Amino acid sequence: MAKLPIAIPQLVESFGPHLHQTPPGGWTSAEEPDRVVKTHCCFCGQQCGIQLKVKNERIVGFDPWEEFSFNSGKLCPKGVKRYLQGDHPDRLLAPLERAPGKGFRPIDWNTALDRTAAAINRIQAVHGNDAFAVLSGASLTNEKAYLMGKFARVALRTANIDYNGRLCMVSAAAASKKILGYDRAANPWSDIRKSKCILVAGANIAECAPITTDYLWSAREAGAKIIVLDPRMTPIARTVDLYIPVRSGGDIGIFNGMLHVMIERGWIDRAFIDAHTTGFDEVERVVRRYTPEYAAKIAGVPASMIVRAAELWGPAESSFLLHSRGIEHHTKGVDNCMAAINLVVATGRIGREGSGYAMITGQGNGQGAREQGQKCDQLPGHRDIENPAHREHMARVWGVSEATIPHKGLSALEIFEAAHAGTIKGMLLMSFNPMVSLPDQGFIREALEKLEHFAVIDFFLSETARFADVVFPGSLMEEDEGTTTNVEGRVIRHRKVVHPPGEAREDWRIICDLARRVGPKDKFEFDSPRAIFEELRAASRGGASDYYGITWEKIDERQGVFWPCPDLDHPGTPRLYEGGKFAHPDGKAHFQPVEWRPAAEEPDAEYPLTLTSGRVVAHYLSGNQTRRIGALVKQTPEPYCEMHPRLAEKLEVEDGDFVAIESRRGTTTLRAMIVKTIRPDHVFVPYHWPLQRAVNNCTIRAIDPVSKIPEFKICAVRVKRASRPTDENVQLGPEAGGLR
Amino acid sequence: MSELAFFIDYSRCIGCRSCVQACEECDTHRGTSMIHLETIERRNTVQTAPQMCMHCEDPICARVCPADAIKQTPDGVTQSSLKPRCIGCENCVMSCPFGVPKYEASIDQMMKCDYCYDRTSTGKKPMCATVCPSQALTFATREEVERTRRGRAINEWKFGDEIVRTKVFVLVPLATERIDVGLTALRTKKNGPEARVPSDDVAALLENEVLP
Repeated sequence: MAKLPIAIPQLVESFGPHLHQTPPGGWTSAEEPDRVVKTHCCFCGQQCGIQLKVKNERIVGFDPWEEFSFNSGKLCPKGVKRYLQGDHPDRLLAPLERAPGKGFRPIDWNTALDRTAAAINRIQAVHGNDAFAVLSGASLTNEKAYLMGKFARVALRTANIDYNGRLCMVSAAAASKKILGYDRAANPWSDIRKSKCILVAGANIAECAPITTDYLWSAREAGAKIIVLDPRMTPIARTVDLYIPVRSGGDIGIFNGMLHVMIERGWIDRAFIDAHTTGFDEVERVVRRYTPEYAAKIAGVPASMIVRAAELWGPAESSFLLHSRGIEHHTKGVDNCMAAINLVVATGRIGREGSGYAMITGQGNGQGAREQGQKCDQLPGHRDIENPAHREHMARVWGVSEATIPHKGLSALEIFEAAHAGTIKGMLLMSFNPMVSLPDQGFIREALEKLEHFAVIDFFLSETARFADVVFPGSLMEEDEGTTTNVEGRVIRHRKVVHPPGEAREDWRIICDLARRVGPKDKFEFDSPRAIFEELRAASRGGASDYYGITWEKIDERQGVFWPCPDLDHPGTPRLYEGGKFAHPDGKAHFQPVEWRPAAEEPDAEYPLTLTSGRVVAHYLSGNQTRRIGALVKQTPEPYCEMHPRLAEKLEVEDGDFVAIESRRGTTTLRAMIVKTIRPDHVFVPYHWPLQRAVNNCTIRAIDPVSKIPEFKICAVRVKRASRPTDENVQLGPEAGGLR
Repeated sequence: MSELAFFIDYSRCIGCRSCVQACEECDTHRGTSMIHLETIERRNTVQTAPQMCMHCEDPICARVCPADAIKQTPDGVTQSSLKPRCIGCENCVMSCPFGVPKYEASIDQMMKCDYCYDRTSTGKKPMCATVCPSQALTFATREEVERTRRGRAINEWKFGDEIVRTKVFVLVPLATERIDVGLTALRTKKNGPEARVPSDDVAALLENEVLP
């Protein structure tokens, strides 16, 4: 019975978000730390090196880690303040069970584990194995991601495991695999600095991958031309050579239009195309129609901008494509990415120093967590769950019969749809906060409320965990050890800095404890994350993302190791596709022709504006961590609606007025921020906040047919001036979903 | 190798406030940031500008201090006010041409950036320049900056008739040799040139027919 036990304001009072403002001991007690531990930031996919200071077994501050070459000490404000999530008053210190009318009460570990195990057994006995789903996260270490996949397939034998990377990287992953063969950034970040032309498509680098800014600016100082595609003039867009204010969903117009011009002017590499690729004829046929004028109508920008982009990109001596969620969060997300990657392959500028391509992963382990077998369609090592040879390999590693390994299951949003339809009855969730992060929040809540059993592993009581029957207190990144794989495909190591507080446990212990209660007892006898990593190495061996040659010692010696690394003597592979050798069996890149198609919901007479959403630099994902850190909340306390003065004038809205943003799904009322830096036909709202302030009340529950990514970046809304909201949560602090 | 120096490149700033958040973590003034991050005019632009103490060669803040609370080190760092001396008169706040010193009412004392003296005096970089993700704030040798950056690093300013030289450099277009701030013109705005307001208007980049 996954229902809220008491009203939200009461839950907030007990479990937060509250703001942690000062380090343990207060600002005044700056004593020498007992030790300083070199590790990595827990937040975005860049995984910057950082040092954490420890005093009396509490993390009291940070110091830059300048020797770690990827970021050389650079950090965004989240990295600077991340240490404040330790020693936090909201921290869950004991297992909890829902007490209707009272909230949550602490219970002992065995009772909690037994209760969830019994619910799993009952639901699976009555409704079948697939009626219990597992939802996991891309902020977990590789070891935990691997364990979650094994838990679902070996202990629960449910097909229905997926993860919140489904909201993040899957469009890029699918496109990269289809054309190039691997799902990984093709180049190390150091190649960005050496490129002469950089195309940034749908990536608000300044706010979502801040330290990458220095890579971009270094390239610019060395003579690179930079092109940025975004409906908003982001901080990096302001000073680049060509900023194209593409309308959300119009990117294929730019990419196909650029390729059209490049073919016309001879700026493609025919020799490379002939020797190293397949399928270009069909691409050429498709883009013939995309004249700058035709393409401009799709993109919603002047045709001259498309021509100018082709003039910069086409004849460049080296080039680098960077893209992220702006082009990926669409029902045509995979197509958007493929159209962009076609531009890279058509010039042959890949697999070389300064030339290539990268998707910018969003989540902490956005890269690694999708390789280890917690996606509904993949087994470890990027293996295909429907490929008999791949299934046999994993059956051998796990010591189970191939027939017992479930087949492809439902993706994250589809799992909620199945819960809503009543076919999924129970769920275990870790490192995922769908009550902020999924589209169409009203529907998601209804789905949650239909579950017969809902168990959550988390370190704070997230907006989603409030619905749980049982909550297991897990661990922060700094309370456990393990590896992650950064934005470049570099496998790095997080060190354990302190122990989990109170009765909280390392996440992997919780999963193993649960697995031993519901599945074969001998398959989860791990005594450390390192033991899990050793099994992961063997599991990934021979797969695309081959970690077999990576050891923790090697990671330490080399500041990380890039996969594939197939044997112990192998140095790792920072740059993919060198010499035009692609990862398909035929060794070639496979061009994919792409036709533009409209979004699931385009603006119309009733809902005339395009709503798009994204991040701000001070917050991370659903905000479960960053909305608890005082300095970050102070920097960006609450969401807002960005709109152009021209639109504001039409709506008779002044800066700071409340506006209601209404879609066919729901509404949110926020303050208007009137800025000239956005297209007049778009409004933008950052998504890190819950409840009545969630932009995902409005977003659409529509997914890409291939990647199953939701269409967060475009839906139709109408906006009107409103009075201050009077809902039951408005008096809460903005960090909890209220308003200042 | 020449001495390490501080450089500000406003064109690189992305407004992320890492500098502000990291400055607040410093052991010598924990909880209070000594660097300011100015949002120029958010309605018109996303442009932002970090403002640290420029460490004037001849610091006016120290000259006007009636309590002699602001000291300059032999290596040219103008330090924050000395607690036993500062009388909270705010002369320094009024006099600084860069608007840097801030009076902290809670402690009745002026506080400002002291060039991370605890770090820089031991060979480390200042905290803000270490963490700055865009390297708009950079601590490097003059040679390194001239080799890797466009434009020119200058440290000479003219406020009205007064020339001010600073320890901190700013990166400006090559043609610029000194930054002239016409104070009289600013004060009597109707006679002087209009202050230039940046405008990054997306609508101006689009043709009318593509908009509703």
